[in-house]
Amino acid sequence: MRRLALQIRRLVKTHAFRLASLYFAVFAVSMFGVLVLVYWSSADFIERQTQATLDAEIAGLAEQYAQRGLSGLVQIVAARSAGDRGDGVLYLVTNADGHPLAGNITGWPEGTPVAPGPLSFSIAVKVKGETQMRPAQGALIVIPDGYRLLVARDISDAALFRERIKMTLLWSGLFALVVGLIGGAVMSRNLLRRVEQVNRTAERVIGGNLADRVPLKGTSDEFDQLAANLNNMLDQIERLMAGMREVSDNIAHDLRTPLARLRARLELSLIGAPDDGAQTEAVRAAIDEADRLLATFNALLNIAEAESGTRRSAAEPLDLAQTARAAAELYEPVAEENGCALKLDVEPGIMIRGDRHLLSQAVANLLDNALKYGGGEVRLSAHQHDGRAALEVSDSGPGIPEDERQAVFDRFVRLEPSRSTPGNGLGLSLVRAVAQLHNGTVRLRDNHPGLTVRLEFAAL
Amino acid sequence: MKLLVVEDDRETAAYLVKGLSESGYTVDQSGDGREGLYLASSGSYDAIILDRMLPGMDGLAMLGALRAAEIGTPSLILSALGSVDDRVKGLRAGGDDYLVKPFAFSELLARIEALLRRGAAAMTTTKLRVADLELDLLTRSVKRGDTAIDLLPREFQLLEYLMRNAGHVVTRTMLLEHVWDYHFDPQTNVIDVHVSRLRQKIDRNFERPLLHTVRGAGYCIRAQD
Repeated sequence: MRRLALQIRRLVKTHAFRLASLYFAVFAVSMFGVLVLVYWSSADFIERQTQATLDAEIAGLAEQYAQRGLSGLVQIVAARSAGDRGDGVLYLVTNADGHPLAGNITGWPEGTPVAPGPLSFSIAVKVKGETQMRPAQGALIVIPDGYRLLVARDISDAALFRERIKMTLLWSGLFALVVGLIGGAVMSRNLLRRVEQVNRTAERVIGGNLADRVPLKGTSDEFDQLAANLNNMLDQIERLMAGMREVSDNIAHDLRTPLARLRARLELSLIGAPDDGAQTEAVRAAIDEADRLLATFNALLNIAEAESGTRRSAAEPLDLAQTARAAAELYEPVAEENGCALKLDVEPGIMIRGDRHLLSQAVANLLDNALKYGGGEVRLSAHQHDGRAALEVSDSGPGIPEDERQAVFDRFVRLEPSRSTPGNGLGLSLVRAVAQLHNGTVRLRDNHPGLTVRLEFAAL
Repeated sequence: MKLLVVEDDRETAAYLVKGLSESGYTVDQSGDGREGLYLASSGSYDAIILDRMLPGMDGLAMLGALRAAEIGTPSLILSALGSVDDRVKGLRAGGDDYLVKPFAFSELLARIEALLRRGAAAMTTTKLRVADLELDLLTRSVKRGDTAIDLLPREFQLLEYLMRNAGHVVTRTMLLEHVWDYHFDPQTNVIDVHVSRLRQKIDRNFERPLLHTVRGAGYCIRAQD
């Protein structure tokens, strides 16, 4: 029941549903207009027909009266009233007192005012022994000497007919509304399903499965065209990604080698040279500079490699707790030298699937940052909870303002304006790339004071 | 000591030959995998340095063929491909060490020396000695002269690696790889801090320092200055 409610709420929020509802509303309003028109024109037609019959009767009787006087009128009314002609015309001729002289109505209808002109009333009719009150409509004509002539017509059939039309129209209208509603829902669902297919494919592609494509229906409608275009776009992206990997491989092979040669030439020039003088010192400084350049270059390539996901094959079951402890052990003397307290809070045996070297490097980068920029008490913790493995590194340093927490993951971003601390601004970029490679997340939050970086992975 | 360098990039090959010759090695060079295999099959080299990507025959294939012919000359693979995967592939194919381009020449020298010693140094020794510093592999104890020195397990491993390579330069990367099994460069030079801690323990209260820093290269434990 709750699932259904949830599904309905989701459906209501979709564009397809809104479109379907709009169409449905326009449809309903126009259909209502058509039905009202049909009703009014058919009701009007019946009304006119009744009136035309009455007018013809009255004209006929007036002619009789003019030719044959009152007695002739009474005669003809009596004659016409005698047989049941089935046309439902009612007659009554009375004297000035209202006493009936002829006609097929027994007396002046009760409660009807005696005034010349058109009038409506009810009469009692016996049908199969039962008395029914039936509506009638007619006109009263006052003849000289106080005599009165009532000509009317039983309009119960017309009323019934009108009622029938009303009901028919109402039911067909309701039917059309229900069909329209179901049609709209089905249409919006179909529309939704195809949009959903596109969405799901996009999600899978974002998740790293670049080879996934939107299925085509083969109808070459707009959705198929959209899907085909998206697929072409994905092909293009895949090609570009492959090209980028190729470029990074080429950089590795083509650019690092000459850099290495440059460094080697400098190094060779030192072999056998006397270890003195400003020249030797300058060459040493140049070698250091080349080393820094190469280190940055290697770090960039490492990140590119992790981001492209080519190292997924190196994943194996490993103990995150052990990785954390090893990294802490490596950095413990550095912490001591920096005057920081490195606290370890690791739950044993946290198995995840991953690349040990990349994860070690990510943890090392986090510890490096915490000791370099944070300081105070640095805490490394690793815990397992609800099928998730979490590793946190927190410090009690100045922290990172909330609006800058996303930017620090970008390449070469360093928050320290003076950039005096050694580093290349690539540490957290690698951490994020490693987290993504492992389908994990990395988040920064306030440690009050300081910064906490939290890595989270699926536990095995 | 005779070395074979199989490297197709002319300039890299030239500086390798120049540098190694100046460091006192006899060097033969080839720029082709097949020719390299032919030369190496003679078995007259003390070590082989080969590039991974070679014309004629891939470096790994060449190494595989060499090992299949039961020629166990120690070999070091040079490659621009630095991922752990590539490293593992290279070592599986029969390489004894793997060095990612670009490398420091001192790094290459240190590794070649370690390779050449690998055959010679008997791993059966239970005690390593440098001057009056003695490391007992069985009791896992260290003493200098008559003074026992307390080391943490990692410090012991560090000292053991340095002493196994006594008299030769050991680079920071070599220490990271062999003592910590880490194949990346940490941003801060954590190794320096570990070494200086070790130095505090083995050198501080003694007249003659044994653990030396070699500028621009790494560390070396030796009796003489």
